[in-house]
Amino acid sequence: MGRVNQEGRAIRTGVDTGRCIGSGMCALTAGEVFDQREDDGKAVVLRPEPPADSWDAVRDAAGLCPTGAITVWTEARPDT
Amino acid sequence: MGDPLHTVSTLPTARRPGCPFDPPEELLEARRHGPLSSYTFPGGHVGWLVTGYDLIKSVLSDPRFSSRREFMRHPTVDYGGLQLPPVPPGEFLLMDDPEHSRYRKPLMGKFTVRRMRLLTERVEQITAEHLDAMEESGPPADLVSAFAKPVPAMVICELLGVPAADRPSFQAQFESFMDAEAQDEDAATAYTATRDRLGELVAAKRAQPTDDVLSELTDSDLTDEELQGMALVLLAAGLDTTANMLALGTFALLRHPEQLAALRADPGLTDRAVEELLRYLSVGKTFMRTALEDVRLGGRTVRAGSSLILSYNTANRDPERFTDPHVLDFRRQDGGHVAFGHGIHQCLGQQLARVEMRVGFPALVGRFPSLRLAVPAEEIVMRTELSDIHGVKSLPVTWDA
Repeated sequence: MGRVNQEGRAIRTGVDTGRCIGSGMCALTAGEVFDQREDDGKAVVLRPEPPADSWDAVRDAAGLCPTGAITVWTEARPDT
Repeated sequence: MGDPLHTVSTLPTARRPGCPFDPPEELLEARRHGPLSSYTFPGGHVGWLVTGYDLIKSVLSDPRFSSRREFMRHPTVDYGGLQLPPVPPGEFLLMDDPEHSRYRKPLMGKFTVRRMRLLTERVEQITAEHLDAMEESGPPADLVSAFAKPVPAMVICELLGVPAADRPSFQAQFESFMDAEAQDEDAATAYTATRDRLGELVAAKRAQPTDDVLSELTDSDLTDEELQGMALVLLAAGLDTTANMLALGTFALLRHPEQLAALRADPGLTDRAVEELLRYLSVGKTFMRTALEDVRLGGRTVRAGSSLILSYNTANRDPERFTDPHVLDFRRQDGGHVAFGHGIHQCLGQQLARVEMRVGFPALVGRFPSLRLAVPAEEIVMRTELSDIHGVKSLPVTWDA
């Protein structure tokens, strides 16, 4: 439920912790999908399959990441 | 390339009269010619002035452009080929990876969104205390000395674990560190004195750790000298910037009454107002990089060893990126300013700065519903354009008591 956009594709997201510099932009922008690790501030993905109502925020977060550490892709998987 | 290259031979020393929030006309003019201009440094080196949003982000995310101090050329002063020494240990702003990471990494967990939000209540208290004092002793008041400088100074004192009894003297020390303008003799004195005090603080935390960022860092392989340098970075990067955002931001609010009214009417607008003020004011105006190798940039070749001046404030007013870029609009939809930079050096303390501003602006305008300038706007004295951080020297305000 709620995992399809108009083209019928859910989005997924991931973080490259090697690139992450802990700016917190993702946690600030899409806090229900991203958080930061307590020890080193690096991003963690709480919901790799973000709910549809967070998709805009997730895309914004990827765009705002200062090191391009966040990837968003659509999954060619129909809603079930 | 086809288009003739626009050439700039000196950085402007002033803004247009009556436009204290807009980048100097010469820089806007350069941006109109294109995102990349040639810049002739004093002494003759031909480098680059980058004024476009996209190109600045490219430079900031490319490791072929170095932040190391020993490669830097001063944009307006000819030091006759004198090369600056590398920065002291811990001062990671002017380092590249991997050295930079050694210092940034242990700090990253200390400035997360979550940890800074936990500080909100304490920032609210500090803000309220200063507003109380301002209300009691005024009207009028100088917003800079009553509010904009002491609040971030007190917050940083607490983060560094300065003991309560020592805070007034540390705060005074930090403020003199902020006041000192670059190239001033006082600047060197204030730098050394501040460094010494931070050295004493590190030694004290090493001997007897307390509950603060600096004490936590003593539990690592970082030396005292490195911690001293890191603490200095936190001060240098976090204090003057936030203080000037609070003061210049208040000035901007008072000069845009419709935006101020919108903010007062809808506190839910605060977060966007803060982002828009960051974009619009861009108090950290200019940063430098040096090409480590030949790099193609914007259709030109930047030769190894060339210096680049990155004009953040024109990037944040780039018409190709922002609709009506010179308009302050809290309901603006296009985010993504570079006021905190971009790439691996993007501001470590930005989430703290956001908390201080998200608390500070609403508290100030809520406390003083009739807040206004106490002198005509043209009489507000701005910092010289050659200072690193843009802002007002003082901001006389008044209100109906």
